[in-house]
Amino acid sequence: MTDAAELLTRTQELLAAHPPATTERTDFLKARFDAGLAWVHYPVGLGGLGAPRDLQAVVDAGLAAAGAPDNDPRRIGIGLGMAAPTILRYGTEEQKQRLLRPLWVGEEVWCQLFSEPGAGSDLAALGTRAVRDGDTWVVNGQKVWTSSAHLARWAILVTRTDPDQPKHRGMTYFVCDMTDPGVEVRPLRQITGEAEFNEVFLSDVRIPDTMRLGEVGEGWKVAQTTLMNERVSIGGARIPREGGMIGPVATTWRERPELRTHALHQRLLDLYVEAEVARLTGERLRQQLVAGQPGPEGSGMKLAFARLNQEISGLEVELRGEEGLLYDDWTMRRPELVDFTGRDAGYRYLRSKGNSIEGGTSEVLLNIVAERVLGLPAEPRTDKDVAWKDLAR
Amino acid sequence: MNPLSEPRTPDLLYSETEDDLRAAVRALLADLGDPSRVAVRAEEGDLYDTDLWKALAADMGVAGLLVPEELGGQGASHREVAVVLEELGRAVAPAPYLTSAVVATEVLLGCDTGRAEVAHLLRELASGRRTAALVGRFAAGPDDVHLWPALDGSLAGVADAATADVLLVPTAGGLYAVERDGAGVSVVPQIPLDLTRPLAEVTLDGATGTLLAGADTTRAAVRRGLLAGAGLLASEQLGLAEWCLEETVRYTKERHQFNRPVGSFQALKHRMAQLWLEVVSSRAAARNAADTLAAGSPESPLAVALAQAYCGRVAVHAAEECVQLHGGIGMTWEHPAHLYLKRAKADSIAVGSSGAHREAVGRLVGLPVPG
Repeated sequence: MTDAAELLTRTQELLAAHPPATTERTDFLKARFDAGLAWVHYPVGLGGLGAPRDLQAVVDAGLAAAGAPDNDPRRIGIGLGMAAPTILRYGTEEQKQRLLRPLWVGEEVWCQLFSEPGAGSDLAALGTRAVRDGDTWVVNGQKVWTSSAHLARWAILVTRTDPDQPKHRGMTYFVCDMTDPGVEVRPLRQITGEAEFNEVFLSDVRIPDTMRLGEVGEGWKVAQTTLMNERVSIGGARIPREGGMIGPVATTWRERPELRTHALHQRLLDLYVEAEVARLTGERLRQQLVAGQPGPEGSGMKLAFARLNQEISGLEVELRGEEGLLYDDWTMRRPELVDFTGRDAGYRYLRSKGNSIEGGTSEVLLNIVAERVLGLPAEPRTDKDVAWKDLAR
Repeated sequence: MNPLSEPRTPDLLYSETEDDLRAAVRALLADLGDPSRVAVRAEEGDLYDTDLWKALAADMGVAGLLVPEELGGQGASHREVAVVLEELGRAVAPAPYLTSAVVATEVLLGCDTGRAEVAHLLRELASGRRTAALVGRFAAGPDDVHLWPALDGSLAGVADAATADVLLVPTAGGLYAVERDGAGVSVVPQIPLDLTRPLAEVTLDGATGTLLAGADTTRAAVRRGLLAGAGLLASEQLGLAEWCLEETVRYTKERHQFNRPVGSFQALKHRMAQLWLEVVSSRAAARNAADTLAAGSPESPLAVALAQAYCGRVAVHAAEECVQLHGGIGMTWEHPAHLYLKRAKADSIAVGSSGAHREAVGRLVGLPVPG
């Protein structure tokens, strides 16, 4: 069993052999991957050492102290958080060897081709067709809300391969080469004026069968692995007091006495209390995870933060009074990261509208809490045993 | 103090000892019967169940949790007291625990415990043989300390005064212990909204008392009592809310209308899921207050104000949802939901309203009132 002491030794060996000050960033990251210090809980040969996951913190702290570069995890979050665990679980040995190293290093960016115009909350209704042609599959359809598609080398893709089966069956999961000539990426301009996301049109895209993840018809099961990891990656970090959206509005209140009104004061205090309690709830969840007693609180945190972000930023626009009539910039841009604090209150107000839609709408999350946490009975369903091709759309 | 700094990370979990304590208190309350008999006792004018208090205070020793061992207590902390209050809230148990074992006890701990009169009274309260009530308006919070001009006058809305053995009267000249049955003391019960916590009007006319603390320490001692009372009331509110949610979930899984369990309708389940989120958040806020009080941290006023500004409203919301989602049965005298609603609503006013605590948060973190 690999312990903390051994990991520290290996970290020091890596730093000695590849001093960060004189090593090119990508070279250092590759060396780190090859030393098994990328994600220590992954297997040997795939960037890990088969060590307990919580020991990663030992390595990260040692490397950060030495000023070593990281792999900019926020920029490649879809690859790290969603594609990699799915490849690890369902990929062939060749797929793992080919894909995981450039994914972790950040040389190859990943995107996720799941949602479609006709399949949002009801993802299992998706209709992008993949038809087998010998050793390859021919894919046609449209995906939407794809962040990083314009930067991505690869995509994780769920398709419909058997329309005669009920919708949860008859799906197949692939790794899609985004450089295929049949892939067209168009920016999807949103409410804020910018385009974080894309629409992706797939026209006769050819995917070799060797790039399939999991069995034919098992795509839904494979997608569950991806989506479970998405939920795990949301939340978890420790937030300082006033660390969220409440920070800018509290600062404005303190610095701009001329903007204060009694009505806004009452709302501000209400939201301050709620924001602080939400922060403590997140902290309690973190402490439960550290103590090895994960609670179901995680499913609720996204709900809480979505509503708070919306209400707080809405208040901030009003607090700014006449300035709230203005917006910083409607220029169509392609930001790589969502930056809630880098722009003005109007931007925060508009962008946070997505918080209750992306990654599961608040309405769907309430169903999940009600059914999985509280054990309330599900609504009767009319779609479970109907062939996909016969569903209303 | 920089309002944004957090000098220590609070421990928001429950320890094994606290889990054990909870299990013991819950078992005791279950043995003593279901909440609906509380309404019957209240109407019979025999609210405070002496069996319950004896079992809790004398047999289990929870009345003395805050009192150091050398003064006859358990030498535990606000964290354990919070767990007891969660359970009392879950059971809407009628017991003078908050008023005697928390507020009055903390007031005495804020006095010079080297004084024989103070130490003696603390020992009695810790043993549960006697109870005490602070003679202040139950609605007044830690920022609203009022002193009597002298041992003379009248005050209504005093919680648990009618059942207390000793009245703690904070005056401009010092803190006095006055025997409730003593000469010149009259305690007249009022009709409370919350049947499980009696209120009374206390009149002192020629009464005498034992001086426990001088004028200089009285105000701070009372504030200390009310701060602990407010912070730990949040745990009672958490327990109330938790019962309301659990009972509503249980009932709506069983109750059928339109050939389905009513709990399968999204219109209802979304409301329960939202309530769950509020209960989970209340737990974090209440644990934070209890842990911060236990640590004697300078953060306690903020932690208490946050917990009270939040948990009181959640308890009311939970009790209101409990009544509504039970439908007709929730409106009856027979079903215990009304006891929870009344206690939750009264608790939301007690020891400082949500609004008063919210304004305290504003002062403490530097978000001033306009003008």
